[in-house]
Amino acid sequence: MPEPLLQIRSLRMDIRDHERSRSVLLDVNFDVRPNEVMGLVGESGSGKTMTALAIMRLLPPAATASEGKILFGGRDLLALSESEMRQVRGSEIAMIFQNPRASLNPLMRAGDQVARALQLHQDLPRSQLRRRSIELLQHVGISDAEARAKAYPHQLSGGMAQRVLIAIMLACQPALLIADEPTTGLDVTIQAQIFELIKEVQSEAGASLLLITHDLGVVSEVCQRVAVMYAGQIMEQAGVLDLFQRPSHPYTERLLGSILRVDEAKALDTSRAIAFASIDYDNAGCRFANRCPYVLDACWLRRPEPRWLSEGHVVFCHLRNQEAA
Amino acid sequence: METTLNPRAEPKTGRRRSIWFRGLSEVGRWRLLSFGIALILIYVVIALVGPELAPYGPNATNAKATLQPPSSDFWFGTDKFGRDIFSRVLYATRLDLGIAFSVALSAFLIGATIGGLSGYFGGGVDDVVMRVVDVLLAFPAFILAMALTGILGDTVPNVIAAISIAYIPYFVRLTRGEMLRVRTRQYADAAVGVGNPRWRVMLVHLLPNSLTPAFIQVTLVLGWAILDAAGLAFLGLGITPPTAEWGVMVAEGAQRIITGEWWTWLFPGVAIVIIAFAFSIVGDGLRDLLAREER
Amino acid sequence: MPRLLSYLLRRIGLAVVTLAGVVVFVFLLTHILPSNPAALRAGPLADAALIQKYEREMGLDQPIYVQFFRYAQEFLSGNLGESWKTGQPVRQELGDRLPATLELAATAFLIALVVGLSLGVLAAVFAGSWIDQGVRLYATLGAAQALFWLALLMVHVFYYTLGWAPAPLDRLTIGVPEPPQVTGLFTVDSLLAGQFGTFLDALDHLWLPAMVLAFVVSAPIVKMTRGSMLDALNSDYIRTAKAIGVPRRSVVLRDGLRNAFIPILTMIGIVFGYLIAGNVVVEKVFSWAGIGQYAWNALTINDFNAVQGFVILIAVIYVGINLVIDLAYGFIDPRIRLG
Repeated sequence: MPEPLLQIRSLRMDIRDHERSRSVLLDVNFDVRPNEVMGLVGESGSGKTMTALAIMRLLPPAATASEGKILFGGRDLLALSESEMRQVRGSEIAMIFQNPRASLNPLMRAGDQVARALQLHQDLPRSQLRRRSIELLQHVGISDAEARAKAYPHQLSGGMAQRVLIAIMLACQPALLIADEPTTGLDVTIQAQIFELIKEVQSEAGASLLLITHDLGVVSEVCQRVAVMYAGQIMEQAGVLDLFQRPSHPYTERLLGSILRVDEAKALDTSRAIAFASIDYDNAGCRFANRCPYVLDACWLRRPEPRWLSEGHVVFCHLRNQEAA
Repeated sequence: METTLNPRAEPKTGRRRSIWFRGLSEVGRWRLLSFGIALILIYVVIALVGPELAPYGPNATNAKATLQPPSSDFWFGTDKFGRDIFSRVLYATRLDLGIAFSVALSAFLIGATIGGLSGYFGGGVDDVVMRVVDVLLAFPAFILAMALTGILGDTVPNVIAAISIAYIPYFVRLTRGEMLRVRTRQYADAAVGVGNPRWRVMLVHLLPNSLTPAFIQVTLVLGWAILDAAGLAFLGLGITPPTAEWGVMVAEGAQRIITGEWWTWLFPGVAIVIIAFAFSIVGDGLRDLLAREER
Repeated sequence: MPRLLSYLLRRIGLAVVTLAGVVVFVFLLTHILPSNPAALRAGPLADAALIQKYEREMGLDQPIYVQFFRYAQEFLSGNLGESWKTGQPVRQELGDRLPATLELAATAFLIALVVGLSLGVLAAVFAGSWIDQGVRLYATLGAAQALFWLALLMVHVFYYTLGWAPAPLDRLTIGVPEPPQVTGLFTVDSLLAGQFGTFLDALDHLWLPAMVLAFVVSAPIVKMTRGSMLDALNSDYIRTAKAIGVPRRSVVLRDGLRNAFIPILTMIGIVFGYLIAGNVVVEKVFSWAGIGQYAWNALTINDFNAVQGFVILIAVIYVGINLVIDLAYGFIDPRIRLG
């Protein structure tokens, strides 16, 4: 098994909010391997974006990573100084966000923004910058790239703006790409195109992609492995096929059970529906406890030990641990 | 749309958060706000009972004790007529606060009404109103108040009228802007759809919701009104000697700047600055509160 | 029609309409008075014959619209009437004093701009630190100032107590001759004429009033710059810039300040109004022979022609500055330029 590119170990993140402190992330553990598309799946509020921001060290000042490590290229990213981290950003790990038009500088032309990324990360003579940025724009599927390069962000559609951002990421040539819900707010048809593009870009560059999404359908199409997150904790991590066919964690089961399929005559099974409850941040054990139909006493007390079901498939659940014993 | 092409269209208040918003903790902000409110209350109390507590009358001259520095007899010293400055400052509180509240109230009532109606009805009426507002805003507020006072004459009602007129346009624009924003909201259509007559919808639903930035502006105008009234008085306009008013007192004291009797102008000025500061803090605090609830 | 051009024309048109309104407004103010301008001019000791003479002279016996036409005509030909006190054309009197005001206002404005922008940017970049706290305190204090009182305080401290500033008696020490007139700005003119002594003297008289005015005017600039920069620094595009590894200074300047500058520009136009208003007061305290002092004198003796001229001049300047700013928007902001 190849050495993982990114390893997150027992990551904990607290946010100070109006005199209170909340553990937005608690004991997060997962890996990203080289040259793969890894999905990070969860509902809103599960902490997916926070995890990505933690990797990039782009957290708001109120947030502190109080425990854990993020290992990348043999270094703990959390231990780096700000200027060292700045070297890492872009050239080794790059990230694109939701809301593509807002992510571009409104006063700079699209081509110039790509050129700036090129200038920072590639050793190109100045005369080549313009040509190369137009090439990149073409590469990400923007027709009439030369004209589009002169456009300002407000003149671009959402889909085009996201392509520009992907071009910027490409210019950086990172080993790890992170995409946080890159297609929210875009047309469904454009969504499909963008995902195609991201996959292409990733495999061509031989980079890894950490795809953050709430959409299980996208995960099944695009990702090779996936981690399931809830309330700031990782519940399960597996290859995509494994996860969909043999889900282990109670949360994953229900998540998948909620998907209705056109080709199956399946009645809506409400017998094992989950009660709605807000996230219990004070629970230092398994935070799904207040919604889990199989909850045990141990679930309120401590985090479950990881249980390996097969190569690459791990689940964090007291019930599964108990069953195995 | 006007707002995109003309970024200056609306004066920037209300929606912007105050300067303290991102810096202080929740507790810190409340403390600051309470401090401001406390200061204002102190002034109000002085305005109400100050004259009773003052050791001397405001016009009680004393030829033997002119230009005395602060002492136990005269806490703030005496002016060139031997009048006790401390007592005069107390008496002036009533006048200055009264002016401030009158100005803020009239400017708000008149301005908000005009703005709300103009925004609601739109069309030709709105155009005319906005042109008039543009003309009034072509002058800095103080200059306009200066000219109006000079022309209308030196009485207290005239000063109040002059300063109010200078600030009415602010309220008109704010309320109109909010009304435009709120008018197109779905709940207005819903209210009409359920059968409410239009005028009722406007009065009961739309107008109150348009008033939030105007309320914040009121606290700002309170402070500005005092500064303006005192400033005008300092220039000899509006309120004139021998009336006990902070600006008048500073003007009288200014004549002694070269001979060094600093107490004649310092204390009334401090009184002005403290209350202006208090109104400013309260205005900022309100903006913080309302900004948070907005989300 | 290209979007930029239509925007420019619209803004200019609006300014023209506003100025026309100003002219009408000022006319109404001074001619629909509770009191009789002729009587005021003639003074309290005048008899009916004198009042009538003035009435005829001033055209007050004519119907109001005739008066207005005469007034508008005069205005369009650049004639602002004659001062009731001196008989001199108001336009000339204002013109004579305008350089003095400009010298003071421009100096104060430049200082305020430099100080205000730097402090605002610093506070935003180091948000939450003691630098930020200090700057915020500065802005809050500055905003609550009674300028006339502050000016007195500064004179007391710097002239009376410390002796670092000369007596607040106009722009040059008594006995020092004015430099030959080129621009009307004593500092510039004395340098041009090589009179360094005069230059230093003019500077000596200029620094304190300019600093006081600058302090008060810088407060809203600081506040607005800080707020605008914070908004920019918290924006999504800044996040992207950081995420691709753009160095810090470049992020602050290229992505932050350039974008923050647009609302700051708006605010500068408004701040100019405070500057003009503040000038009047400062000119009085320092006996500075500018248009502010001129207006004040005119008001106290009810010289309405002079006041009228002053008010119109101020409006023209204020509307003009804001128009220039609005036009600048058209060029700076591509969202307006290209749509």
